[in-house]
Amino acid sequence: MSELTQTDTTITTSQDITMMFRLEAVKKSYLQKGRTVHALNGVDLEIPAGQLVAIQGPTGGGKSTMLQMLGALDRPTSGTVSVGGKAISTLGDGALADIRAHDIGFVFQHYNLIPTLSAQENVEMGLAPLKLPAEERAMRAAAALASVGLVERATHLPGELSGGQQQRVAIARALAKNPKALLADEPTGNLDEATRDEIMELFVQLWREGLTIVMVTHDSAVAARAQRRLRIKDGKITEQV
Amino acid sequence: MFIRYLRRELSGRRKQTAIIAAAMALAIALVIIVNALSAGVRDAQSSALESVYGLGTDITVTSTPTAPTAGRAPGGARFEFDGDAGSTGNDGTQEVSQSLLSTARGSATFDSDAVKTISSTEGVAAASGVLSLTNSTFDGELPQRSAMGDNAQAPGASGVAPPEGGGMGGGGQFDVNSFTVMGVDSAADAIGPLTTATLQDGRLLTADDAGKNNVVLDAAYATTEELKLADKLDIGGTKFTVVGIVAGSGADAESASNTYIPLDVAQKLSDSADKISTVYVQAASASAIAAVKSDLQTALPDNAVNTQEDLASTVSGSLSTASGLVSSLGTWLSIAVLAVAFLLAILLTLSGVSRRTREFGTLKAIGWRNSSIVRQVAGESVVQSVLGGILGVIVGLVGIVIINVFSPTLTAAAATTGAGGPGGMGGPGGMPGAATAVTSAASNAVNVVLNLPITPTVIILAVAISIAGGLLAGVLGGWRAARLRPAEALRSVA
Ligand SMILES: Nc1ncnc2c1ncn2[C@@H]1O[C@H](COP(=O)(O)OP(=O)(O)O)[C@@H](O)[C@H]1O
Ligand SMILES: [Mg+2]
Repeated sequence: MSELTQTDTTITTSQDITMMFRLEAVKKSYLQKGRTVHALNGVDLEIPAGQLVAIQGPTGGGKSTMLQMLGALDRPTSGTVSVGGKAISTLGDGALADIRAHDIGFVFQHYNLIPTLSAQENVEMGLAPLKLPAEERAMRAAAALASVGLVERATHLPGELSGGQQQRVAIARALAKNPKALLADEPTGNLDEATRDEIMELFVQLWREGLTIVMVTHDSAVAARAQRRLRIKDGKITEQV
Repeated sequence: MFIRYLRRELSGRRKQTAIIAAAMALAIALVIIVNALSAGVRDAQSSALESVYGLGTDITVTSTPTAPTAGRAPGGARFEFDGDAGSTGNDGTQEVSQSLLSTARGSATFDSDAVKTISSTEGVAAASGVLSLTNSTFDGELPQRSAMGDNAQAPGASGVAPPEGGGMGGGGQFDVNSFTVMGVDSAADAIGPLTTATLQDGRLLTADDAGKNNVVLDAAYATTEELKLADKLDIGGTKFTVVGIVAGSGADAESASNTYIPLDVAQKLSDSADKISTVYVQAASASAIAAVKSDLQTALPDNAVNTQEDLASTVSGSLSTASGLVSSLGTWLSIAVLAVAFLLAILLTLSGVSRRTREFGTLKAIGWRNSSIVRQVAGESVVQSVLGGILGVIVGLVGIVIINVFSPTLTAAAATTGAGGPGGMGGPGGMPGAATAVTSAASNAVNVVLNLPITPTVIILAVAISIAGGLLAGVLGGWRAARLRPAEALRSVA
């Protein structure tokens, strides 16, 4: 495995091992209609393993871009982003895909389930890159579905599930791989209050079990449950106390 | 996972799957049918050629066609009735019965030494010369010379004669009948017009028949003339004994000539000593044909040298129309439909990828590598196309079977020996000319039943084409999906 040797060289201090995310002078700019937009404009941030972090801020402030950096979905324009001790700017597409496959669980506002696949199969899609034997993959997917309370819905298609249930399937898909961190972009944005609280309860429980969670939210009630609150505006990050 | 996802996607997106598969099926069915049609027409053409030129004939050598000469065409021999030709009736008419053997219309003769030249040419396996003749029989009564004037051929009796003659002006009554006679080298049985013929009765001519007045009849001719084995037939004023009856190859194909007699006898009776009209040549191997042709052209500059391929172009009639149609329209149609099917597969796959931007972005976000996504898209596309391909093979085979059930009959008029140049107009009103044109036209036309072969190669080809189409569309679509930046893909809100 070529990433292993790369991993060795990118681990610099023993402190990095417990530092889940580290961003240094991160800039991310996009070209929009001939004009450069700085979605992230010099961000320094450390998120140790085991934190539950909420990110708030106005629309277009750079929250989603931030989450994409953390989730190794994209490389910064400048600065360094380390995920689990690996500097993603130095890695190729395949190695980034491997980080996402093993270390990161993603949850989206619109659940992003594959409509033609059952709940069980959708969860298994998250395990597909791990190249597990089929039985183990099925067992782990079933266990993940059970952990979000959806055992009886395993064979249902996304269209046959409520929004909250779909988001639980998406969370199960993210959890099945036993990731180091869970990244959620407005996970409760489409849910009613009761369901929102259920999902938030699930996140808090997962965090208590030791999972690092970074979630973007517009909802102050949700953010209030977080251990740490960040605010991103015009590509700049501020800590909120 | 790959398989299950693929199956779910294809059954979940039935409409797109159905459209791509149907387009591919149509294209593949067309390819198969057009392919079988052209193979069938090719078979028909070669069987038409075989029945005219004989099996195994690679090359024919004939005299170079020349423009019809004014006055006397080579085939247009004239009857010359003198006072002795018949008995004079007391009603002032003259009874005549005369049979005349002359070189066949449209074929000029050349020296039989050519056979030796050809045989000794490198790459020639066998060569045999034949002499195509026409026997014209005139039976009836003519008005006496005094009544008709000087010119027996002139007014009513000439050019306009109906096929079987008939009552004519001047009180004459006569029948004109003609049939084709082919002098064949009875020693050379390896090659020539009789090789495709199947013996129905009696025997073929052998070397022992040289110099003897023995004749082998074409079965169809024997039937119409009600002739059977051991019967006598008048050829060129000589009585011949029927020793054999042959049928042409194919269902109702006639053989090349109505009658076959030993070459030397034919030469003697037609006053064409050491003359032949066609040499049938067999090359040692298919690859030698071109070289032999050019060697023969050099060795015999005054002769026309034609290969089977050249001869195929002389086949006319509905067979050649079919062949032209298949090779031009059919090929273009299948190429066009194939192109449309490929284009449709590509466009629908690409638009499918665009529609599934968020799906692929999500897969990338949860750790799927680009290669897995390309494989997924390509796999879906290949399966769609192959489904279409299989459907197309079935439709194509059913089409072939249906065509074979109707088994259309095509007629091929092959220009026999000599390219039909000289004497084409029958000369200026020679009686035999007119009559011969009627009878011999029939002996040149061959009916061939079109039968489309089903070949495994075509089926393999069809499946390969559909795989190729699916792969092409899939790789393009997969490439497009892989190029999506994962972050970009997630931004697209659907
Ligand atoms: N792929 C992209 N191409 C062009 N501009 C982008 C892209 N992604 C984000 N942006 C721009 O960067 C800024 C930050 O966007 P985003 O991170 O999505 O904000 P938020 O999630 O806080 O609403 C916005 O101005 C947005 O238009
Ligand atoms: Mg956003």
